[in-house]
Amino acid sequence: MSEVHKDYAGAKFGMWLFLFTELLLFGGLFILYGVYLHRYPEEFVKAGGELNVVFGAVNTLVLLTSSLAVAMSITALQKGNRRLTLVLLAVTIASALIFLVNKYFEWSAKIHHGLYPDSPHLKELAPGESVFFGLYYVTTGLHGLHVVIGGALLAWVFVQVRSGRVHAEDFVALENSGLYWHLVDLIWIFIFPLYYLIL
Amino acid sequence: MAEQEHGHIVGYSTFVAVWLALLVLTAITVAVSRIHLGPLNIWVALGIASVKSGLVIAFFMHMKYEGRLLRLSLFAALVTLAIFIGFTFFDVLYR
Amino acid sequence: MAETHLQATAPDRGFLTPREDYSGLFSWIFSTDHKRIGLLYFWSIVTFFLTGVTLGLLIRLELFLPGKTIVEAQTYNAMFTLHGVIMIFLFIIPGIPAAFGNLVLPIQIGAKDVAFPRLNLLSWWLYAIGAAMALGSLFSGGGAPDTGWTFYVPFSVQTTTNVSLAAFAVFILGFSSILTGLNFITTIHRMRAPGMSWGRLPLFIWSLYATAWVQVLATPILGITLALVLVERLLGTGLFDPTRGGDPIMFQHLFWIYSHPAVYIMVLPGMGVISDIIPVFARKPAFGYKAIAVSSIAIAAAGSLVWGHHMFTSGMSDMAVLVFSLLTFVVAIPSAVKVFNWVATLYKGSISLDPPLLFALSFILLFAIGGLTGLVLGAPATDVHVHDTHFVVGHFHYTMFGGTGMAFFAAMHYWLPKIYGRMYNKRIATIAWGLIFVGFNVLYLSMKVVGMQGMPRRYYDYIPEFTRLNQLATVGSWILGIGVFLMFFNLIRGTFRGQPVGDNPWGGATLEWTTSSPPPTENFEVDPVVTHGPYDFKAAGIL
Repeated sequence: MSEVHKDYAGAKFGMWLFLFTELLLFGGLFILYGVYLHRYPEEFVKAGGELNVVFGAVNTLVLLTSSLAVAMSITALQKGNRRLTLVLLAVTIASALIFLVNKYFEWSAKIHHGLYPDSPHLKELAPGESVFFGLYYVTTGLHGLHVVIGGALLAWVFVQVRSGRVHAEDFVALENSGLYWHLVDLIWIFIFPLYYLIL
Repeated sequence: MAEQEHGHIVGYSTFVAVWLALLVLTAITVAVSRIHLGPLNIWVALGIASVKSGLVIAFFMHMKYEGRLLRLSLFAALVTLAIFIGFTFFDVLYR
Repeated sequence: MAETHLQATAPDRGFLTPREDYSGLFSWIFSTDHKRIGLLYFWSIVTFFLTGVTLGLLIRLELFLPGKTIVEAQTYNAMFTLHGVIMIFLFIIPGIPAAFGNLVLPIQIGAKDVAFPRLNLLSWWLYAIGAAMALGSLFSGGGAPDTGWTFYVPFSVQTTTNVSLAAFAVFILGFSSILTGLNFITTIHRMRAPGMSWGRLPLFIWSLYATAWVQVLATPILGITLALVLVERLLGTGLFDPTRGGDPIMFQHLFWIYSHPAVYIMVLPGMGVISDIIPVFARKPAFGYKAIAVSSIAIAAAGSLVWGHHMFTSGMSDMAVLVFSLLTFVVAIPSAVKVFNWVATLYKGSISLDPPLLFALSFILLFAIGGLTGLVLGAPATDVHVHDTHFVVGHFHYTMFGGTGMAFFAAMHYWLPKIYGRMYNKRIATIAWGLIFVGFNVLYLSMKVVGMQGMPRRYYDYIPEFTRLNQLATVGSWILGIGVFLMFFNLIRGTFRGQPVGDNPWGGATLEWTTSSPPPTENFEVDPVVTHGPYDFKAAGIL
């Protein structure tokens, strides 16, 4: 392979630029949310009441904790504690899985109740409620996809750390994957109140 | 060389403190959402979410320890998003 | 490349020298060298451009007479859709940044490569995959997309043609564009040579820098918009469907939130090319360096505030019409700053009318015409009359083709001798320029006039009164077409068989002219230290 240019700050800057694009990607959905909330405030409250706050709250805790774990894993690696780093990364990856399992049960329950895109039940609801569920599925679906990608990225870093290719002197791969994971958390911090707690 | 640039190590205790703060804020946002404040509800929810994301960005994502370039870039990205959302409302609010 | 026997007399082939690790095509499509990636981009982009030109010529041929001339209406719809998708997403957006940005950006700032070479290669691969998918949509599913390049709902959700694949292709192309932008921003921040301060950056770099920010911050909105169209088609979420609470105008908002800034992704790099070329051929330092540099950033910023001017007749609120119209006029200011500074640079210069300058000058004139007719569209009262007519088509071809297209041609004539180390025939290049310039104006001026008279865009048929102007436009398209094909013929012949050129055929003072032609693999034999500004011809020892 060609000589790889190592620029720690540059790599991190590049990652942040990528996170901006992710932010704007979800931003498009938040624009729609804002506009439709403005147009259908009552329908949004009614439809939002159908969502299960417990699922949302548990997933919030899971994501916040996983964010803590990945942030601490960087400190652990910087201090040269590879074992702890691996444990913390495992916790993060497990959290990603728990999140997805949770999401699976949540979606199944909704679909079971006839609430899924283009369902006959949804078509009978008021327009504002239908739009709410449309946005809910698109937003949480896209977020779920990011959880999958983030989890896969962290699993890859886990292997890198275990094999010693990512270590205390060269851990930008871990830090950048961590940044990506925090973004997943950040988006959820907004999704949770906007969809589950709306009143 | 570049090795000096990533020397900053954030202690475990800082992270745990931030995590606790995030949990408290989550509890608050759930509690507040049970009180009817009318249109104010959404703004309180957004306000708390902003504080939470601020904490995540500043500590978990190390922004507090980064240089001016990253901070300015983040600011530019957020302003851009705010403009995209805000300017859409020139249409939506007055239609 | 069968000209091996010429190599004995030719200079060192630099980065074009066959490589040891890979051979043949693989040494290109797996190369992480920014110059090789730049050339990959360049030749793919030229291929798609010529495809787009051919489609454009066919569209004009169909409009030669009212009624059916050569194709059926549905084929016509597919043709203008494909013409738009190819020209916008495969030619003009990646055109200058991905091809010439990759070729010269690292050299101009004195770097060995871009910040993320492998990501750079990935960008090209995404471009190739997206392009393949866009073309694949023609022959698969329900047939060629017929929505126009804008994919407006509700039609794009309802049509049975293969919009899904085309929208997904554009999504992938957007990703490619984002990665290029991200790479350039990081490169410019992190990899400048010693002495290359921000005040010494060539103006081309400034324009690429501003463009890259728009690419990074606006393109994701296009991604989500097209993803939503896909979801609407596949799952029927109803987010833009009024019967289910959606709002089709929100699609237009999201679409133009990206696509108006995208106009500046298209034209800013072109302005950068012109800013670099004019001082060299006027033998004078750029007048108002700072103003031109800052105006690039100002255009990028202000350009993100004006998307609503595409929607004056959509049923958007009057307040929004007022605000977006006002802001649209504001964008004209930084553009005008550039034009005045270019003209001031030329003033009392020692001008040599080489092909790059001819294209640069036509950029200034044609872009000015395009920009001024844009103001007609930016004023709501007049926009209502000419909205969705051929006037609009004429207008944006003046800015996009007359602007970015001419800048792309100028860049080819300016930098290809550096990249290949060989010079094309300047006389033929000048003749081709003349044909292009004349054909261009006959074609698009006729369009503007017929649009003023009320001929709608995208229509297959028209009333007999419009026949003469349409025929004039079609004749113009033939002249333009001949000019374009002559130009490429001359350039391609020049790159392989032209006379070897020295390091600095034009007398430029930026860094790319200090290294050999073609440049060596890591750009410089000795790592450069910058001691003077980009247009300081005296300090560079040229004047």
